[in-house]
Amino acid sequence: MGHALVNVPASVKRGDAFEIKALIAHPMETGFRPGPNGVLLPRNIIQRFTCTYNGVEVFSLTLSPAIAANPYIAFFTVATESGSLTLRWTGDKDFMAEETVPITVTA
Amino acid sequence: MIGWPPFGLAARILCACCVLVAPLAVAQDTARRSGYQDMGRSLQAMQDDDMANPAMLWVQEGAALWTRRAGSADKSCADCHGDVGGMAGVAARYPAFAAGLGRPVDLEQRINLCRTDKQKADALADESRELLALAAYVARQSRGRPIAPPDDARLQPFIAAGDALYRRRQGQLNLSCAQCHDDNAGRKLGGATIPQAHPTGYPIYRLEWQGLGSLKRRLRNCLVGMRAEAYGYDAPEYVALELFLLSRARGMTLESPAVRP
Repeated sequence: MGHALVNVPASVKRGDAFEIKALIAHPMETGFRPGPNGVLLPRNIIQRFTCTYNGVEVFSLTLSPAIAANPYIAFFTVATESGSLTLRWTGDKDFMAEETVPITVTA
Repeated sequence: MIGWPPFGLAARILCACCVLVAPLAVAQDTARRSGYQDMGRSLQAMQDDDMANPAMLWVQEGAALWTRRAGSADKSCADCHGDVGGMAGVAARYPAFAAGLGRPVDLEQRINLCRTDKQKADALADESRELLALAAYVARQSRGRPIAPPDDARLQPFIAAGDALYRRRQGQLNLSCAQCHDDNAGRKLGGATIPQAHPTGYPIYRLEWQGLGSLKRRLRNCLVGMRAEAYGYDAPEYVALELFLLSRARGMTLESPAVRP
């Protein structure tokens, strides 16, 4: 699984800040809720989110059990060179999702 | 029940009089309001931005399912219906009468009829991810259109049945839908504003559910809330209620897939 929606502007001027919006399907099960049989459901969360811009990490986030299902992450970075942004979510049960989006930087 | 005759002309006039003497704040509630208008600005922004609206994850999955072949007929939705753009306005006129069954069906049931009759595949489970994804994808094409229930004489007895259900007291709390959503809409129940029960955005992403759900699921929620026993998912009562609610919301703008608290 792990389908995500990622949105970045098609092109940005060099030196300008631009917004990256990322939404991913994930249950974010806290590990504190009992299931129908009274036994705690095992924790299943995304633990870490990172964004690399042409291989350089520009943003990262450690997620906690208190974050709701299908987490939405929006952040800014400064446009330097054309290339790609790689967004990676990793978590419990060997969860791994990766999305790569191109970015065009204009002079 | 004593003092609650069928909602006839006399009762309507009586209610209209009550509203006239009520304070202005209550009088404004006589205008139809979508639940959207009672949400906070942040939730409204979440619904309006396709990049932030979590229901779009289901729409995205629905787009993939639309062209995926299924069943022994080896057909996809797109093989019959073509581009999904042709489904614009479809969700705004459901539930509709299914001549083959002799009763109305809602959008989810219609999708499953297509699956069993045309694709020769197994029906999708109620409230399953796939069924909601397809319903959300089809409903998304009608976003911004007015709700337009068909003028079909065959639907009239079902709308009347839904109307009666809406006004029938049930459950341990002995409440009818109308007592909250007509008589007390706009006031508070716990911390939440009681909406007017216009189904303008189904299927909805409800924050309380942390997921997408159909109008049926919402109706079951209310039934449990009034401590009545919820009907089974295939019960005709839901479709009757849906028909009545949509005829009541005729002309309001469809927001599917909406976000609600």
